[in-house]
Amino acid sequence: MTDQIKPSPVLDVRGLQTVFHDTQGAWPAVDGIDLTLYPGEVLGLVGESGSGKSVAGFSVMGLIDPPGEITAGEVLFRGEDLRKKSEEELRRIRGIALAMIFQNPLSTLNPVLRIGEQMTEVLSEHGHDDSAAAASLAVESLRKVGIPAPEQRIHQYPHELSGGMRQRVAIAIALLGDPAVIIADEPTTALDVTIQGQIIAELQKLQAESGAGMIWITHDLGVVAELADRIAVMYAGNIVEMGPTDAVLDHPRHPYTLGLLDSVPGDTVPGAPLRQVPGNAPPLSQRPLGCPFHPRCASASDICRRDMPERETDAFGRSYLCHHPVSQKVDP
Amino acid sequence: MTESSLIAADRPATENAAESADAILEMRNLSRVFTRQPVLAETLLKLAGRAPDIPVLRAVRSVNLSVQRGEVLGLAGESGCGKSTLGRMMTGILPASEGTVSYEGADVATLRGAALKDFTLGVQMVFQDPYSSLNPRQRVAAILAEPLTVHRPDLSRAQINARVDAALEEVGLDVSYRDRFPHQFSGGQRQRIGIARALIVEPQFLVCDEPIAALDVSIQAQVINLFLELRRKRNLTYLFVSHDLSVVRHMADRVAIMYLGEIVELAPTAELFADPKHPYTRTLLEQIPSVRNRKRSFSTVKGELPSPLNPPSGCPFHPRCPAAMPQCSVDAPQLQQIAPGRTVSCHLYDKDKTLT
Repeated sequence: MTDQIKPSPVLDVRGLQTVFHDTQGAWPAVDGIDLTLYPGEVLGLVGESGSGKSVAGFSVMGLIDPPGEITAGEVLFRGEDLRKKSEEELRRIRGIALAMIFQNPLSTLNPVLRIGEQMTEVLSEHGHDDSAAAASLAVESLRKVGIPAPEQRIHQYPHELSGGMRQRVAIAIALLGDPAVIIADEPTTALDVTIQGQIIAELQKLQAESGAGMIWITHDLGVVAELADRIAVMYAGNIVEMGPTDAVLDHPRHPYTLGLLDSVPGDTVPGAPLRQVPGNAPPLSQRPLGCPFHPRCASASDICRRDMPERETDAFGRSYLCHHPVSQKVDP
Repeated sequence: MTESSLIAADRPATENAAESADAILEMRNLSRVFTRQPVLAETLLKLAGRAPDIPVLRAVRSVNLSVQRGEVLGLAGESGCGKSTLGRMMTGILPASEGTVSYEGADVATLRGAALKDFTLGVQMVFQDPYSSLNPRQRVAAILAEPLTVHRPDLSRAQINARVDAALEEVGLDVSYRDRFPHQFSGGQRQRIGIARALIVEPQFLVCDEPIAALDVSIQAQVINLFLELRRKRNLTYLFVSHDLSVVRHMADRVAIMYLGEIVELAPTAELFADPKHPYTRTLLEQIPSVRNRKRSFSTVKGELPSPLNPPSGCPFHPRCPAAMPQCSVDAPQLQQIAPGRTVSCHLYDKDKTLT
């Protein structure tokens, strides 16, 4: 996973492992993932429910509460390991230099605070004492995300806004500190397609202006195809394939990536059966031995049932975890 | 904005005459309004002769639509456009405020006795959320047997059990799961149970309200395939309500696009996707994310869906429409036929104009 052409990554995650404890033991929701994010880049982190994609995002932010626990790995933000920082030091980074946008803006905004108060609260937490300046920063930030009449909006409560407007407010709050890294966890999943288009357009514009790196967590392959520079596909706590968007989507090597792509109606003949991935993703406590995908995989063999594959990297800068990667030709 | 401009009573008769050939369900000028109960103060005001202004939400406005036997009719639109309300009215769960729903040629509001039972059993519904649509305290066998114990007193216990097992098998669930509770299943399996429950009374017509929206991508494909297979095997008719146009494209023979309670375009699926006529349909199609597109600059549609409590004057889409003309804010366009089987509600296609 080395890349000599680009500048140094703004975020470099190595061997990150997050487990959830219960009475039976500790189950790894994120099982030793490596991720790098460069300034100005969009990394799409794709997976189905339970794949660990959101836990990965929360782990990078250091937002894992018991029964969850980050048990291994490094999260290097601008070269410094966030895992070695105290909660106090983390608080100063989080929300300003390292921002997160969540899926449901109704539950991330405080229902009893006006929009303006929620925004200036963030600024005063981070040492902004001048309240008039903070208020004008808040208005400016709302204007940047395309909210009409922001001077009036700051006096409103979240329930007075539509879902799209609330998500814009959440984004405006995330952008207040001009973050170097934005982690967006399914930020448009709850929205209609026309509003999704608006929000993505605003974020694309803002990111291009600020040069922030962005991790876009989603289950929607269509959105990351159109948005991301690189894609990481997660399955059962592992990044099973990662690489440039074109390589991953046009010539996937992991059978799961291929299965996901085939499951999406699009180029398919209307009415014809879709190629489907059989079965369900295994629950956290019932992950199989060997490759976690083998019970659903058409090309699984004995080695897949026994050994976790090693990560392979190809000439396109794409890596994958598979004993029997998909090839352009059928394997002998 | 007057009431009469919104509810176009005199639609061209040709539009429905052609497609009524073998309609299983037909809707005529169908509307649904929601309002709230007056609070005490408002009741008192009314008694005092000063009727208060209680807001009225027009969820579905004067819809004319027929569903042909054996077809899959897709119904698409953004949240709040009234597509689920329309679907519920088609099953009889929600009564209409105005207009009629006819099943097999008879107005369902007038059905009684055996004919009413034919309708209620003949039209079944599959719901969006497989977590809230199954009773968590009933075992699967009880969930599936209940419609039969209520509606088919002629069946013996053994016959009902046999049908429950057959229904489980038909939707791809192991018969040994019959004594489990809903929480022991995944989302996709629960949706299969919901489908089995709808099918067990042997309906003609299934109203599927966003049946795969709550499922993961790989599970969506499994359930889509199940719907396709059941349609083939049982010769079912579907209304497939979805906000996901790529799913609608895959499933449907014809597609109706709804906006703010009205059907704005109706066309055979291939034609609609190849050549959308209504500016709103075009907008929606442009916004579908596709794995084939790369690094797109997302274009933005102006504004948001207006509140159905306070719809815009004239054409409901005019404040967001890239092709809006002065007349659009004044006159509500009528649904008009522009090609065989294609109707659109837009002033761009008024007969005196030659714009396309």
